[in-house]
Amino acid sequence: MSFKLITIIVIVLGVLAVSQLVRLYELSSKLRNRREEDVTNRDNKLNANLLLAFMIFFYAGFIYLMMEYGWTGRGDAASVHGETTDWLLNLNFVIIIAIFFLTNTLLFGFAWKYVRKPGVKAYFFPHDNKLELIWTVIPAIVLAVIIILGLKTWNDITGDSSKEAIRIELFSKQFDWTARYSGEDNVLGKFDYKLTTQENELALLTSATLDSAIRYMEFGKVDSTVLGIKLLENKLNNPKNIFIPEDRMKMEADLDRKTRFLRLLYQMKARHNVKLDASAYDDILQKDTLHLLKGKEYEISFRAKDVLHSAYFPHLRAQINAVPGQVTRLKVTPTISTKEMRERKNNPKFNYVLMCNKICGSAHYKMKMIVVIDTPQQYNAWLKSKTTFKDDYLKPAAVASDSTSSVASVVDSTKMGM
Amino acid sequence: MSAITHDTHGHHDAHDHHDHHEETFISKYIFSQDHKMIGKQFLITAVFMGLVAMLLSLLFRIQLAWPGESSDFLSLFLGETWAPGGVLKENMYLGLVTIHGTIMVFFVLTGGLSGTFSNILIPLQLGARDMASGFLNMISYWLFAASSVIMLVSLFIETGPAMAGWTIYPPLSALPQAVEGSGLGMTLWLISMTLFIAGSLIGSLNYIITVFNLRTKGMSMTRMPLTIWAFFVTAILGVLSFPVLLSAAVLLMMDRLAGTSFYLSDIIVGGEMLENHGGSPILYQHLFWFLGHPEVYIVLLPALGLSSEIISTNSRKPIFGYRAMIGSILAIGFLSFIVWGHHMFITGMNPFLGSVFVFTTLLIAIPSAVKVFNYITTLWRGSIVFTPAMLFAIGLVSTFITGGVTGIILADSALDIAVHDTYFVVAHFHIVMGMSAVFGMFAGIYHWFPKMYGRMLNTRLGYAHFWVTIVGAYGVFFPMHFVGLAGAPRRYYDYSVYNEFDTQTYDIMLDLNVIITIFAIISAFGQLIFLFNFFYSIFRGPVAVQNPWRSNTLEWTTPVEHIHGNWPGALPVVHRWPYDYSKPGAEEDFILQTVPLAEGEEEH
Repeated sequence: MSFKLITIIVIVLGVLAVSQLVRLYELSSKLRNRREEDVTNRDNKLNANLLLAFMIFFYAGFIYLMMEYGWTGRGDAASVHGETTDWLLNLNFVIIIAIFFLTNTLLFGFAWKYVRKPGVKAYFFPHDNKLELIWTVIPAIVLAVIIILGLKTWNDITGDSSKEAIRIELFSKQFDWTARYSGEDNVLGKFDYKLTTQENELALLTSATLDSAIRYMEFGKVDSTVLGIKLLENKLNNPKNIFIPEDRMKMEADLDRKTRFLRLLYQMKARHNVKLDASAYDDILQKDTLHLLKGKEYEISFRAKDVLHSAYFPHLRAQINAVPGQVTRLKVTPTISTKEMRERKNNPKFNYVLMCNKICGSAHYKMKMIVVIDTPQQYNAWLKSKTTFKDDYLKPAAVASDSTSSVASVVDSTKMGM
Repeated sequence: MSAITHDTHGHHDAHDHHDHHEETFISKYIFSQDHKMIGKQFLITAVFMGLVAMLLSLLFRIQLAWPGESSDFLSLFLGETWAPGGVLKENMYLGLVTIHGTIMVFFVLTGGLSGTFSNILIPLQLGARDMASGFLNMISYWLFAASSVIMLVSLFIETGPAMAGWTIYPPLSALPQAVEGSGLGMTLWLISMTLFIAGSLIGSLNYIITVFNLRTKGMSMTRMPLTIWAFFVTAILGVLSFPVLLSAAVLLMMDRLAGTSFYLSDIIVGGEMLENHGGSPILYQHLFWFLGHPEVYIVLLPALGLSSEIISTNSRKPIFGYRAMIGSILAIGFLSFIVWGHHMFITGMNPFLGSVFVFTTLLIAIPSAVKVFNYITTLWRGSIVFTPAMLFAIGLVSTFITGGVTGIILADSALDIAVHDTYFVVAHFHIVMGMSAVFGMFAGIYHWFPKMYGRMLNTRLGYAHFWVTIVGAYGVFFPMHFVGLAGAPRRYYDYSVYNEFDTQTYDIMLDLNVIITIFAIISAFGQLIFLFNFFYSIFRGPVAVQNPWRSNTLEWTTPVEHIHGNWPGALPVVHRWPYDYSKPGAEEDFILQTVPLAEGEEEH
């Protein structure tokens, strides 16, 4: 408390002191018959010299920062297109740093050199079309080079992947990532958000998940923490039940909503092509860690459950938004395994990472997934340990999605258990 | 009306001016239709809002430099609700950055630059009695003031201010279940911005009409000072782009309150499956950035215009390449409408569309470069006087270069992939807006203070303010480039995740964040010098002469004490362009625009 008091006193005294100094200065100016707008030669030269000194310290600071932090910590680019963009970035930096030094030097240099000197008049130089042409055309040429190189790289990066690329999906929600591998057929199963349940977090589309979703809408959860259509109707139609208007309206809205969803689900069921189920059943879901194979091309698609997220792989120099209601994609080929990168960075605990890079709520800063770039042996070993969606979802014990295992760790509310 | 004092009516009789009325506080300030008063009102409001936004930035910078550590400073301002135990809450961190950005971009840099200087200078530099409509001008300030109040109020509500970033992308900004600030806080934000946009539109229309219709005799378009050209094009940009932001906001309001699905599709949030289908968050981004990009030029062009005037006057030389400067203002204005997609390169947009935006964005670098070269050439072989305004104007050019060149990296979509939404972007836009545009604002205040208040600011304090600010601000924003290149995402409460996968890089980030915060605190203290100087000088600064800077433009031909109608007698007649400084054959090193051509003298 006393620290705050002292701070306040210091500030008040400081202001008083400054105001007294200013009064003193004004009085002395009056005595010397000097006007505030007349800048003395001394002040002029002082500021000119300060500008030059500032430029030097500015450059020194820049060079210091480049030497100390210029290695950025990102490490070498660990993907095929990352190598290209790093090269392009360096080229661009050379160009802009040259421009930075040249123009700032001219600016501060002229400011210093052409400070007012008594008896020396300014030179009336209103325009020169030739000069304007020069410094319009030269930047245009430099920029043209930058544009052409940049767009060529951009087209390569955003172009289609080959047919052999391994297809995976990254599913984002507040506040984690789930990876879905496409399995043997290299085809990702279809999905629809209306099929989301606790057991089917990624809303994959199969006959069984359709049936579960329908059942869920109709009957809710076994323990009645979530009411299905039937129970809602019973409750609302029962004359013995008395609800406050707010609760009644909520239940009616819920009932209406579930009824509309149910209709859509029945339509989906009628249209459903059972042959597609296999492509979903062989998919493998993985949380916490994303395993990628060194040297293989990946075609990654992205989904978002609730709000915008963004998949940012700084070491792979890759980034793309995940947009609710759409599927975005990118292609990437990792080139340096985790083990190799640890050696290069001399950091045995280093890991690649996927971070969320679009503001998505309170825990945005914690929404990450460790990425491991494996050699084939490590990868296959990991793969062997995984179960497919079919294994997990069609387990004999949990046939109905409205199971009693709703002690589940769902961060969200218990309203619909998803 | 040169000072906010309780003036006597005695010396009103000495002037022969249009309004002999008894002025109360209400009629003099609240109901003023005089552009000079309205301009000052914009300025004072903007300065106050800037202080608030600066304070917000200190609060979250303390968290970034010393993550998780208890801070008395945070407790003092945020209390137990938002900083329990002196540690900033995660969602309030997002709220602070959101409101900081919103206030700085709109209230300080648009209201404070356009609102202040367009109002004060357009009629004075054109030789007009006042704006085309004093009444609408008054309304535009009222709307600005009202929107400021609402934005500040949103900081104090229970669920917190808007927390989705100043860009407020849906679905986060549409769904209170996703983050609490998206409830009432977001609604207040939208209401505030609606009022702000309305005020801005009315003001801009006023400026445009005044420039077209109220130029005095002899003031052709090509004899207007570059300040007017800049404000004119800025106003056109505003009229064309702000309505699009309004439409984005209206659609967002409808998604939030009326159950529509403009931006929402297939969402499950907070355990609730929403029925919305078919909308796209990308639509919002297109609408937002259609304003968002011209907005940054709305911010920058006035600053550039002010600097043209200040650099020319204080170099005692004509601004180099007057017509090229006009051309580049027009080119920047036009191009600013076709680059917005560069904020959206990694949304998953069609790559071809991305290419188009790369091309147009790099094009806009050309007129910007031309302006920089013209400023530098104006200094060449000048006779430079370093007033505080001049120092800030030179600082503007330096920071425009520094910030502009990193824009070239960001404009290149292939390179943007690796730095989008990282601190590299934050460094870029803070240097061009938080330094360059702000320096323009300071330069304008120092240069036109005598015209606004009839008194002089203290030069020494002005020097001190400049030097602390340029060193401090570069110290804040230069290191940020490296934080961004290291991969640090924006809007991150802390970088603890780095501890889990790369402790070496975590150490760099923490070191740099500490440096940045310390420079931020120093810079903030530096602004106290300015605040003291500004308010002290309004009341007790030395009385100014009519034309202290020996400048050519018309505003310096009005009397020091403000009168409604600006000139006591007839309006001035203009005979030449405003840049006849050190013209060979002339007696003085400046020639006012009102001076007729001498025999045999040629006009430029």
